[in-house]
Amino acid sequence: MSVHRPTPHDSARLHVTGAARYVDDIPTPAGCLHLAFGQSTIAHGTITAMDLTAVRASEGVVAVLTADDLPHANDVSPSIHDEPLLATGTVHYVGQPLFAVVATSHTAARKAARLADVTYDAKPAILTIEEAMAANSRFEEGPRVYTRGDASGAIDASAHVIDGVIDMGGQEHFYLEGQAALALPQDDGDMVVHSSTQHPSEIQHKVADALGLPMHGVKVEVRRMGGGFGGKESQGNALAVACAVAASLTGKPCKMRYDRDDDMVITGKRHDFRISYRAGFDDAGHVQGIEFVHYTRCGWAQDLSLPVADRAMLHADNAYLFENIRIESHRLRTNTQSATAFRGFGGPQGIVGVERVMDQIAHHLGLDPLEVRKVNYYAEMESADGGLSAPRAAAPLPPESNLPKKKQVTPYGQEVTDFVLHGLTTDLAARCDYEARRLAVAEWNAGSPVLKRGIAITPVKFGISFTLSHLNQAGALVHVYQDGSVALNHGGTEMGQGLYQKVAQVASGVFGIGLEQVRLTATDTSKVPNTSATAASSGSDLNGMAVLAACEALRARMADHLAAVRQSDPADVVFEGGLVRVGADEMTFAAAAKECYEGRVSLSATGFYKTPDISWDRIKGDGRPFYYFAYGAACSEVVIDTLTGEYKVLRTDILHDAGRSLNPALDIGQIEGGFVQGAGWLTTEELVWDDKGRLRTHAPSTYKIPAASDRPKVFNVALFEGDNPEATIHRSKAVGEPPFCLGISVLMALSDAVAACGAAYPALDAPATPERVLKAVMRVRGDA
Amino acid sequence: MKTTFLLNGETVTAETPPTATLLDWLRLNQHLTGTKEGCNEGDCGACTVMVQDENGPRALNACILFMPQIAGKAVRTVEGIRANDGALHPVQQAMVDHHGSQCGFCTPGFIASMATAHATGATDFDDRLAGNLCRCTGYAPIIRAAEAAVDAPVPDWVGVDRAALAALPSDPELPRSSDELAAILTAAPDTRIIAGGTDVGLWVTKQMRDLGPVVFLHACKDLQQITVTDTDMHVGAGVTVETLREAIAPHYPSFAEMLRRYGSTQVRSAATIGGNIANGSPIGDSPPALIALGTQLHLRQGDTRRTIALEDFFIDYGKQDRQLGEFVEGITLPLGAPDLKVYKISKRFDQDISALCGAFNITVQEGVVASARIAFGGMAGIPKRASTVEKALIGQPWTMDTITVARDAWAQDFTPLSDMRASADYRLEVARNLLTRYYAETQGTPTTVLEVEL
Repeated sequence: MSVHRPTPHDSARLHVTGAARYVDDIPTPAGCLHLAFGQSTIAHGTITAMDLTAVRASEGVVAVLTADDLPHANDVSPSIHDEPLLATGTVHYVGQPLFAVVATSHTAARKAARLADVTYDAKPAILTIEEAMAANSRFEEGPRVYTRGDASGAIDASAHVIDGVIDMGGQEHFYLEGQAALALPQDDGDMVVHSSTQHPSEIQHKVADALGLPMHGVKVEVRRMGGGFGGKESQGNALAVACAVAASLTGKPCKMRYDRDDDMVITGKRHDFRISYRAGFDDAGHVQGIEFVHYTRCGWAQDLSLPVADRAMLHADNAYLFENIRIESHRLRTNTQSATAFRGFGGPQGIVGVERVMDQIAHHLGLDPLEVRKVNYYAEMESADGGLSAPRAAAPLPPESNLPKKKQVTPYGQEVTDFVLHGLTTDLAARCDYEARRLAVAEWNAGSPVLKRGIAITPVKFGISFTLSHLNQAGALVHVYQDGSVALNHGGTEMGQGLYQKVAQVASGVFGIGLEQVRLTATDTSKVPNTSATAASSGSDLNGMAVLAACEALRARMADHLAAVRQSDPADVVFEGGLVRVGADEMTFAAAAKECYEGRVSLSATGFYKTPDISWDRIKGDGRPFYYFAYGAACSEVVIDTLTGEYKVLRTDILHDAGRSLNPALDIGQIEGGFVQGAGWLTTEELVWDDKGRLRTHAPSTYKIPAASDRPKVFNVALFEGDNPEATIHRSKAVGEPPFCLGISVLMALSDAVAACGAAYPALDAPATPERVLKAVMRVRGDA
Repeated sequence: MKTTFLLNGETVTAETPPTATLLDWLRLNQHLTGTKEGCNEGDCGACTVMVQDENGPRALNACILFMPQIAGKAVRTVEGIRANDGALHPVQQAMVDHHGSQCGFCTPGFIASMATAHATGATDFDDRLAGNLCRCTGYAPIIRAAEAAVDAPVPDWVGVDRAALAALPSDPELPRSSDELAAILTAAPDTRIIAGGTDVGLWVTKQMRDLGPVVFLHACKDLQQITVTDTDMHVGAGVTVETLREAIAPHYPSFAEMLRRYGSTQVRSAATIGGNIANGSPIGDSPPALIALGTQLHLRQGDTRRTIALEDFFIDYGKQDRQLGEFVEGITLPLGAPDLKVYKISKRFDQDISALCGAFNITVQEGVVASARIAFGGMAGIPKRASTVEKALIGQPWTMDTITVARDAWAQDFTPLSDMRASADYRLEVARNLLTRYYAETQGTPTTVLEVEL
């Protein structure tokens, strides 16, 4: 049984030999054409003339498509149909596709796309939060507000009150494989599309609408992506639709991939946020009341901004029980790229807001921030016997959790019953020697005038499920062939996270066969219909269960037949170690499959799963949006240079809860990678737009994701052992997004280091570039 | 243009325009799609290949490597890194065993860089892999894999490729000496010179420019010489930054440390010192250090040679003291400035363009500043000396008070710009603070976060 074992990624050998195929590597039929978009050069205005003569005359150009040339829907929006594939008169951001060049090569298309002569009647562009608020430029009629208790009254009645603002930047996905699609025209006008997408069903839907076909006329196939991170949930629509339309019009295969600069200029990024806050608390730092106002730049089209902003609100509490809380969220429409899904989907931004507050409260009271965090934690979950305990943690509980506890309810009305952070944090602090190191840091700083160190532990509690409840479903299709080989298909997509491997492990466990007998086939809309995006960390939770259901159905059919032939009880048929035992008979799985085939047993089954027990009213902000929570904590130590603001992460220790891990190696990979990506978001990854709305950081030369030496010099990652109390696939927990939030420990450690420079609170914004760190140092010293 | 080279052990001849890139040729002409395009500008390393010549193996970015640049060399792509019998290279096996790939798209480039490091015995993996970006793993398992493969034997094909180089024909279209180069440029003065191509490559891949007539100078061996005397070092224009880094380390460790961060291994192995000067960039990292040292620049046009102070070469933004048909032949930099310190400030330590880069060459005798040469990049339209600051220091006691008094002088020397790398305020403040850092270093105060160990 391979479940819970640290087996390598199913494609590891293909990756290291260069044999793993991505969309641009698929051999294309002769005559394949290539596309590139001509883009808007202004942030807002109407197109008064678009002269494409030079584009059409450019070498290798076969066709140029504008909005008028599109035969059916001109829409690539994943939500409210506000995003045309090609602009229709008005442009809304610099980089917006205006026309599509179809040419004989990628380079010819790119060259031609620059030759358009477009004149605009420019209009004022709304670029900033201030401009959007002033113009009331927003999605939805006004701000969403979630409340619980009386925040304002509780703050006013508190012994201590702080307030403040934190700005946090967006983030470019920088999947190493840029967006790409390939469309192959089929019989009778049908279309096959290979797309680097997390959401094949949506590509299918959008292509069908663009071609005027029913969905069954379009088949979308995805073997793997070279990274997704949310950036391929909706942002691949434009390429797939453009290729499909061009393929339909020309009858030729059509391929499109964005050059990196185009990719960064055209596609959406993580939402940047400004969060203002006010909190009242007692002498121990226990929060009595707290208020947040979230402002987020959603860009020009709605895309997925509403659920992203919702999830930020749903994580405004992170790990803390707030009896009196108010969260107000403004979803602002700006003339910039349409911000989109990115690992964490708003959750990290909401968490940064409350972690800033905890940090500032501790600074205000002169307490260890970890103590303030713990004082505000939800109570630890109850064990099965109803007593208070931490059944999964080795470390003893802090005394406060032995007190009779109040009902543990989130600001949105969901009861927290699975909280493990008391034990987990205590365990982590012990493992990384937090208390002694905190003292050592203070001592070191006293003797170091230029360099200062800082240390911080931050927790994460992350809600698992799509907040749009109907998306929490998955299907699978499993075939057992007469030679005993098994082919699996499900709606989840592989973007590096190891989903295929985890699901294969589930199947091999059901049939008791080796992984080599199980083949995951490319995700394909013609095999499993109506799939949800592989997103919200849900891939293995949903698809693992769907595959389990299909495999168990098949195993039951096989057991019934094999038992019936031998007048045995199907319940006594055992599938184990590559063998099937029926009473005294033992045969290979292959022999069992052949016998079932010859006995005319259907050896193909579908499986289906829907997450139980969830319900959610996003307008009221009430219900149970999440099936369960995933937890973790990280301790990071940094050193800063107070002359330049440069810094280095010296050490990070992580303890993360993946439930009973389906594959510890893959899960640790998600945690290490998620942490570094999260730390990158909050440190060196800075998106800069100029006052014309042009993104100035549109290539890796100017946009700096972490490099190898940016990972912590000492980096210890461990899994928190235990079962998911909910009946998830083999009691595992989702692991894609939660560890991203552990990068926040780096921002808080930087804040701690800056705080060593003077009396004032650092109020460090993100990304904490060396420039922002230096500015904060000057501020706490009173030099700014 | 015809280019003959070894590709994964086989001799091949490609016929391409001179500015066709190796990456496009591999993927489009050979259908060797293992090598990936990640950024098409040499910043992500997904296109890394191993290129071997008589100096041994180097990792290079195929996306900005023009075909003529590999003439007579041996190229190994990810497809050619495992053994002929299909056995994985030790770094490939280690990457599988240590879970070093997730999405896999960056992996071929990592494999090429790791196999190159493995072949040369390099174990400074953070530096060897600084030019390979991974967005999935957080690098930890990749470094573990690189470390795990260190002791495995180097595959035979590395030596076999090396031995086969001698049999390759030399390319008649490439100038093989500075004399031949001078003749070409005299005959056609508007010919574009391509050295490492790490800058010019982007004119082709990003700006989609037609470069017109071009000449490659990588075959001019006489431009790749370094000569050291008691008093100075002569460096040919064609010396790569990586070679210069190794040569200069014993003399100027701080300069070498800056060059470690000048660019990735792939970029340093292609980029030349002549190119870094001749392109006239205000943010080139070598000019500030060289100017602070008092480096002389040697220019040549036909048979006419002249030598000027390097700082005089940079006239204004985008304007250098170089005539049409004239080329940079080399530099002479003085040795014997033990107190030279070079500070590169950027958002990310590795493979990042400087927000500012400052070089300080200050001599203190008996507690008084005897001489000071301070030069900065990123602070003006050209690499420029801080003349007013120098004057404010010379003759003054070497104390914090002197440095504090000099703080006002900086704004007279520099009026930096704000851009996506840093604000003008930050640049000016940090420039000032770097003098403080220099002072603190002379007092033995730790100032470098990179040197802090737990």
